[in-house]
Amino acid sequence: MTDPHLLSLTVNGAEHEVVVEPRRTLADVLRHDLRLTGTHVGCEHGVCGACTVLLDDAPVRACLVFAVQAEGSEVRTVESLAGPDGGLSDLQQAFTDHHALQCGFCTPGFLLLAEGVLAEQPDASREEVREALSANLCRCTGYQTIVDAVCATARARQEAR
Amino acid sequence: MTSTPTVPADADPDRPERGDHPGDHPGHHPPSTGPRFDGHRGRWVGASVPRHEDPRLLTGRGRFVDDIALSGMLHAGFVRATVAHARLTGIDLTATREVEGVVAAYDAADLALGDIVAILDRPAEEFTPTAMPILAKDKVRFVGEPVALVVARDPYAVEDGIEAAQVSYDVLDAVTGEESALASDAPRVHDEAPDNVLLDVSMFDTPGVDEAFADAAVTVDVVTRSGRQNALPLETRGVVAAWDARDDQLHVATTTQVPHQVRTVLARCLDVPERTVRVTVPDMGGGFGQKCVVGREEIAAAAAAKRLDRPVKWIEDRREALTAGFLAREQRYRTRAAFDADGQITALDVDIVCDMGAYSCYPFTAGIEPLMASAEMPSVYRVPAYRVRGRALTSNKAPTAPYRGVSRPQYVVAIERVMERAARELGLDPVEVRRRNVITQFPYTGVNGVTYDPGTYRESLDLAEATMRDEGWYEERDRAAAQGRHLGIGYCCFSERTGYGSEAFAKRRMTVVPGFDISEIRMDTSGAVVVTSGTMNHGQSHETTFAQIVADRLGIDVGLVKLRQGDTERISYGWGTFASRSVTIGGSAVALASERLGELLCRIAAHLLETRPENVALDGDGGVVQLDDPTRRLSFTDIADVAHLRAHLLPKDVDPTLTATASFDVPGDGTFSNATHAVVVEADPGTGQVRILRYACVEDCGVVVHPQVVDGQCRGGIAQGIAGALFEEVTYDSHGEPSAASFIDYLVPTASEIPDVSIAHLETPCAFTANGAKGAGEGGTIGAPAAVLNAVNDALRDTGVELDSTPIHPWTVLAALEGTP
Repeated sequence: MTDPHLLSLTVNGAEHEVVVEPRRTLADVLRHDLRLTGTHVGCEHGVCGACTVLLDDAPVRACLVFAVQAEGSEVRTVESLAGPDGGLSDLQQAFTDHHALQCGFCTPGFLLLAEGVLAEQPDASREEVREALSANLCRCTGYQTIVDAVCATARARQEAR
Repeated sequence: MTSTPTVPADADPDRPERGDHPGDHPGHHPPSTGPRFDGHRGRWVGASVPRHEDPRLLTGRGRFVDDIALSGMLHAGFVRATVAHARLTGIDLTATREVEGVVAAYDAADLALGDIVAILDRPAEEFTPTAMPILAKDKVRFVGEPVALVVARDPYAVEDGIEAAQVSYDVLDAVTGEESALASDAPRVHDEAPDNVLLDVSMFDTPGVDEAFADAAVTVDVVTRSGRQNALPLETRGVVAAWDARDDQLHVATTTQVPHQVRTVLARCLDVPERTVRVTVPDMGGGFGQKCVVGREEIAAAAAAKRLDRPVKWIEDRREALTAGFLAREQRYRTRAAFDADGQITALDVDIVCDMGAYSCYPFTAGIEPLMASAEMPSVYRVPAYRVRGRALTSNKAPTAPYRGVSRPQYVVAIERVMERAARELGLDPVEVRRRNVITQFPYTGVNGVTYDPGTYRESLDLAEATMRDEGWYEERDRAAAQGRHLGIGYCCFSERTGYGSEAFAKRRMTVVPGFDISEIRMDTSGAVVVTSGTMNHGQSHETTFAQIVADRLGIDVGLVKLRQGDTERISYGWGTFASRSVTIGGSAVALASERLGELLCRIAAHLLETRPENVALDGDGGVVQLDDPTRRLSFTDIADVAHLRAHLLPKDVDPTLTATASFDVPGDGTFSNATHAVVVEADPGTGQVRILRYACVEDCGVVVHPQVVDGQCRGGIAQGIAGALFEEVTYDSHGEPSAASFIDYLVPTASEIPDVSIAHLETPCAFTANGAKGAGEGGTIGAPAAVLNAVNDALRDTGVELDSTPIHPWTVLAALEGTP
């Protein structure tokens, strides 16, 4: 159970090799081995979604994925969203414009979930966005402004297409 | 007024006698001392400026406690009680210590720490002090109570070590609720409290209660209950502690709303001078009250760090947070009320029982909930006669802490159900009954001796009702009924004391009295300022809103203001963030400190401009101007440059210091925010589920510093109130085993359950906070349960069923609807 494995994965475009126990979660590898602490852990049983990252472009709960399952995969975390100059992405900007975050703990998970939703359903209605965002928990905002921010980003991206 | 311990509260000589027309009480005028809101409005207060917090939080560069990694850091976890009530007959950590990766394992005897003791200055017949050990000593009192601490090289090894621990118990019967606590043969949770009662206070018994009931046209008698809830910050509790040999200090980074209180208690439990403890708070993922009390785990982890001379981290997992973190809310009210034929309430007689769980929380004690409810139960109504008894029970459940609203969601449910019940008895519209009773003349001193500063109780009620009417919801309700659907409209009108100063807290007879706050402001050579506050942001946007206040007082760009909080080394004492106190008290302190800095700048500028100090003033644009010749002006940069780098240009009697400190404490009874919530629900006859179709909030928190932030506080609060009304509950079986150990069983509402909420603002500036602001943190949570409950009852109006408790379970609604054709 504790025999170490050598794991190779790509995170935010950079290749990494990490020695892990098989039971080590992807969330722990990202946060504690690679020190990408933007991904947060809120429940460790796959419900709250604070640890949501994109694994080969699909949103996953990093607390429910063993790191060894990500072998050879491409992972994207919140640290990859801002532009190369550090400027906020359109989605991040919409979150601050709409006050879609208060304490900010759930925010990275919602951002990655929303990127997944916007990629899969670029023409989603407000109700479809709301339904998709109900995958994650936020305790501060009451969700309304998160839905607002994601819908505004969807509209802006539609107009830009 | 300061109470002495020997005078019971109901003998308070300052409490006004009952009057026949309480609305006509002249009331106490706002205190004549201290700063007054002078109508000052600048460029920043009132604007939704971009939040200073957002860039780092949106890009993953925030720093939460679990993001901290120190060289050589160890990890800690707790062996926790698996039974609710038992004598500890043995703790064997031998196997734990042999687990690979485990560095140390301690039980209570190993650590020998002092207990956490929270007491009230009340006589023994009113309050029973109990101690909360850091690790259980002779007994365990709830499932999840920490029994031993395991320290290992990584969290995985910690779990292995916990699994290897052997704890043996002599199991006792468990106390799991009011009935089992108060039974004559009830087991004792604490030997000091043979009846399982930690607080029993009859705060008011004013003249005329029995006469009013005898003369009443209508009486109502309602029992309301609220389920046990978890405040549920999404970031669980956690701590990183390390001994710093250079500073000769134990440095404790922890998730707390009250860093100075953690420092004080930590020093006492470890029996070290307070100087040798430094508490810091990084970014914090919510708190909602759960983190405004001092937890035992942070002290145990800190003790281990000191003993091992290694950094130690403890991060609570969600199972621990749900079962062994501080819980809240479980209360029962029996409320009797008398009304005259006109629908005016003539007396209120209330019995309050709060199940506070296994221990009293520090610093508030188990008395916080019943004392809050007893003091403020008359709510927004003119109640001429009032009797109340409030009790805090101890039980074999996880202990409780204040949670957003603190008893107000519960007593507001009780009094709002009274209004609805009375309306039905009297054949009146429930909004009309409220209208006939609501306080309209201010300041108003109630039967509870509390003076309410001006608000918009009646106006908010009228506007909320007009919103429902204008949008056609009453017609929709009739149409739905004709179609056999069950649609209901509900209201809740309430106020909320938000500026609890030390005088107001002292009336509760806490021996540790919160209230004031301190701010210090410093200007650097560039003219930018760093301001400190004893409040503790955890989502409320203090970095932004306090910067707005400072920027307006000094006349500088909001971007030049940086707030520093959460470090006991930066400020001598602070009371943190709870009770919606931050903008009222902390915000006033930063405003006053800013003004003092402005005076220092003017003094230096006057010298440099070679004029009298009275002949200069801040120009509102980052400088000081000469009044009799406005062409003569110095920027703050010019002044700061001289003060810091060329002080030889100043005479010895002009102080070059550009540091100012101020404190603020709300005098008297404090200030009250108010609101009315209006809700439309539909009950599904197939599933019993309640869907919210419309939610409107009309609120008045005085001057709004940042409209988007206030709306966010309202909406987030309402979401938590809806959670309590419809979804969340921690139940226990007869053995004291908690039902909800994961999010599978504890139903936190998602975006699909929480509706969009409209918010309308009324503005009654507070006369005695520096910015005219009242607090806005808790109101949403206070109003939602009663509004939803009333709406559901309206939807069920033809069933003859009255629901008075939360959460409203689908099966209860279903049972009610199945009784109808």
